[in-house]
Amino acid sequence: MGRFAPLLPELILSMGATILMMVAAFTGRRGSALVSWSAVILLLVATAALVGAPSHAGPVFDGLVTEDLFASFGRAIIYPASAVAIIAAHGWFERGTEHASEYSVLILFAAVGMGVMVSASSLVALYVGLELQSLAAYVLASYRRTDERSAEAGLKYFVLGALASGILLYGISLLYGFTGTMSFNGLAAAFARGTPSLGLLFGLVFVLAGLAFKASAVPFHMWTPDVYEGAPTPVTLFFGSAPKAAAVLLATRLCVEGLAPATDAWRQIVIFAALASVFLGAVAAYGQTNIKRLLAYSSINNVGFALIGLAAGGARGASSVLFYMAVYVVMTLGAFLCVLWMRDEQGRPVESISSLSGLAQTRPGFAAAFAIFMFSLAGIPPLFGFWPKLVVFQAAIASGYVALAVAGILGTVIGAYYYLKIIKVMYMDEPGAPYARVREPVQGLLILLAALIVSPLGYLLIGPLSDLTDRAAGSLF
Amino acid sequence: MNGLPLLSLLIAIPLIAGVICLFVKAEGARWTALIATFLDFALSLYLWAQYDPDGPQWQFVEKAGLGGGVSWALGIDGIALLLIVLTAFLMPICIGASWRSIEKRVPEYMAYFLLMEALIMGSFAAQDLFLFYIFFEGGLIPMYFIIGIWGGAEKIKASYKFFLYTLAGSVLMLIAMLYMAGTAHTSSIPALMAYDFPREAQTFLFLAFLASFAVKLPMWPVHTWLPDAHVQAPTAGSVILAGVLLKLGGYGFIRFSLPMFPNGSAQFIPLMFVLSAIAVVYTSLVALVQRDMKKLVAYSSVAHMAFVTFGLFAMNRQGIEGAMLVMLGHGLVSGALFLCVGVVYDRLHTREIERYGGLSDNMPGYALLFMVFTMASVGLPGTSNFVGEFLSLVGTYHASTWAAIAATFGIILGAAYMLYLYWRICFGTLRHADAAAMKDLSPREWWLLAPIALAVFWMGIYPESFMRPMRNDVGRLLVRMERVAPAGDSAPRPSKGAAHAEHAEHGATH
Repeated sequence: MGRFAPLLPELILSMGATILMMVAAFTGRRGSALVSWSAVILLLVATAALVGAPSHAGPVFDGLVTEDLFASFGRAIIYPASAVAIIAAHGWFERGTEHASEYSVLILFAAVGMGVMVSASSLVALYVGLELQSLAAYVLASYRRTDERSAEAGLKYFVLGALASGILLYGISLLYGFTGTMSFNGLAAAFARGTPSLGLLFGLVFVLAGLAFKASAVPFHMWTPDVYEGAPTPVTLFFGSAPKAAAVLLATRLCVEGLAPATDAWRQIVIFAALASVFLGAVAAYGQTNIKRLLAYSSINNVGFALIGLAAGGARGASSVLFYMAVYVVMTLGAFLCVLWMRDEQGRPVESISSLSGLAQTRPGFAAAFAIFMFSLAGIPPLFGFWPKLVVFQAAIASGYVALAVAGILGTVIGAYYYLKIIKVMYMDEPGAPYARVREPVQGLLILLAALIVSPLGYLLIGPLSDLTDRAAGSLF
Repeated sequence: MNGLPLLSLLIAIPLIAGVICLFVKAEGARWTALIATFLDFALSLYLWAQYDPDGPQWQFVEKAGLGGGVSWALGIDGIALLLIVLTAFLMPICIGASWRSIEKRVPEYMAYFLLMEALIMGSFAAQDLFLFYIFFEGGLIPMYFIIGIWGGAEKIKASYKFFLYTLAGSVLMLIAMLYMAGTAHTSSIPALMAYDFPREAQTFLFLAFLASFAVKLPMWPVHTWLPDAHVQAPTAGSVILAGVLLKLGGYGFIRFSLPMFPNGSAQFIPLMFVLSAIAVVYTSLVALVQRDMKKLVAYSSVAHMAFVTFGLFAMNRQGIEGAMLVMLGHGLVSGALFLCVGVVYDRLHTREIERYGGLSDNMPGYALLFMVFTMASVGLPGTSNFVGEFLSLVGTYHASTWAAIAATFGIILGAAYMLYLYWRICFGTLRHADAAAMKDLSPREWWLLAPIALAVFWMGIYPESFMRPMRNDVGRLLVRMERVAPAGDSAPRPSKGAAHAEHAEHGATH
């Protein structure tokens, strides 16, 4: 057992998931509540297991994965976010013909994959983690089989995802071919040996392109709005939070650990992707009428800000990325939980922004929470969503990238418009047909919790959180 | 000071009351808001009484670290104190002005007002760069709702314009702040006020802060959000916008631009003077042709704020003290003028100047008070604005004769548009039957306007009460800027040395 101790969280999750899959197969629809709550508990236990050995075990399995504070921090975001995604599905699939219990199992497998992603310190582990997560995600996107939009989303995601995986693999093979190593440390040593050859540079570009696809950064973002719109809302909630954080964290580790000597080579790519994501995410959201599509562009926009922190580089930049993703995940989960609660009088889900009109008068608490998430995603102080943006810009300025910070912050002004639009619809328009009440106390509690975290009370978290992100980022160096 | 965190309390009272408002019915919300704002006013008066003008620069200091390079640091000097008192004074009046004119969604309305009061108080009291930014920007949210929900016909457009304009101005300031904190390794405002940034950096830092404060103040040519916001906002919203929110821009110049980037500021004196000169003449002319009462008062605000920039960038004692008094006086007078507009708007539901006339016949009380505020706006001696505008002009004259000439035009034109407005509304015959049927001021309206009138006279007759708290702080500011202050072209100069002596003497005698 000693050798496996650092992998305790992954072991808990993968064994638990396998058992739950059997349970799901034999109990059918009757066991769905049991399976989903067991899955939530498993994720929470795995999170608790992060404390201790995994956070400082160092490289394990001959450097295939590195269990450090960075990896633990990433999983401490990913596991609870996955648990929220499971809770979010309560009462969602029961109305259709699907087996609700397999949903939880798939999320568990994706969580294992994401855990491998954030701790990967070799290209093999990187690819395995990424694919484990992606395969689960493809199935999740088309989970509602009878719904054409869901099927379309799954197919689109799969085809484009497969393409991206191909690009990524090609890049990995180039890197391996030119350096003869798979480990991040080996890559760093190879890049440090002088000006990288053209083959290495191509490998680097292809790998980054593959990762950009997973993080839905421009110009590899095309799948995002369609998949977010088509996938069942709990799945969209999941896509917007944990996998996104995992992809960004994976890119961060690869860039600052494996490709550190080639910083000048990847930095320009990251800067381009960052600014393109910020601006495209902000501008393309203007005409959207579907809330899920709009939030998809919002997530593209937000990845851009996180990438600004990555472009800043160094421990400070990595720390700002961690800070950003931690708060971003809370905001996104909150926003999508609110979307989940948008139901018409018959209890059917609605997704049009116009259906929110006058929500502040019919459901003031709901509207207030939604408004808090919107202002926070827009980065308007005094909401807590402002602070991660500040941290990211601070890192960029400290590295001397003032122009990048200025461009990014102008992007926040453009983006502010569409967040304001949602708030305007909720607060300033005349009330339309009221929403049906959703009787899910746990989800309500989660919305409340997320709203409290991103409210000005969140500023009390700055101290401990920035301390933790600093130490986590420091473990990369 | 004496153990109780008074400034935190000043912020907490409206905040807590705002939350309470959300949970009570309309009538309860009104009373909660009124009591809370009165409590805050009483507290601000206590601060004024306890403030020691000869004591240390920063008083009532509090500090608690939040980690991550930001701290809950509060403290005020005389300049911030006066603006806090002004805010606290106007707030109960705003609540009173909304007492009956706001009928829908009252608890929410009161909550936004109280939230705004808390944020404004925080901006004036903040001693940490980022804390200031959070309060400063946070003020946009409640104002966005107030304009957007309770505004007039074009409320949505006005609220967007207000929000995005101000946000765009402010974000550049945030970048500058991040640079400052990174360079000086501190985000404490008192420490930064003594820090000397490299000269070339000061240029950019000044421009970045200018982008924010020029929009907020507002200065020509970025003032265009203001008429829209004013016209669409409910009366109390206009009062607080003109009375206090604009002052944040002027306060920003005094607190940040001048002491932190003296070289950068000095470099841009010509620009500031030219923009102010255009503002004062152009917006006065625009005000002259307005048909909408609120728009006229809004444009007059832009013109009056130009006196603030004139005075501040004259960089001498008269100018800066004058600018502060203009801010305080304008806060009272423009607030009162918007209330006066609101009084007749509540009765006739139109702001068209054409629809009124001869109101001195059927509303003598209203006509009297309206005249007091008109005269104060014109700058009649004995009223608050006279002292401020006069000092500001004297200061400007010391710095630049041409700027002073342009500014004086503002006074003449100001008299023109205000008297023309008053004449069209209160004098002449009662042309319209519905206007003639309007009743005079109700006791509630007397209670709103009379205290402002008293304050206007107090400031005009005995301005020392207001100049005393800030005298030493202005002195400290002048010390920061004495290396760069313009020599001026108005003083008789037998030799260079003598001119300096004359200059110093002026500083000493005031």
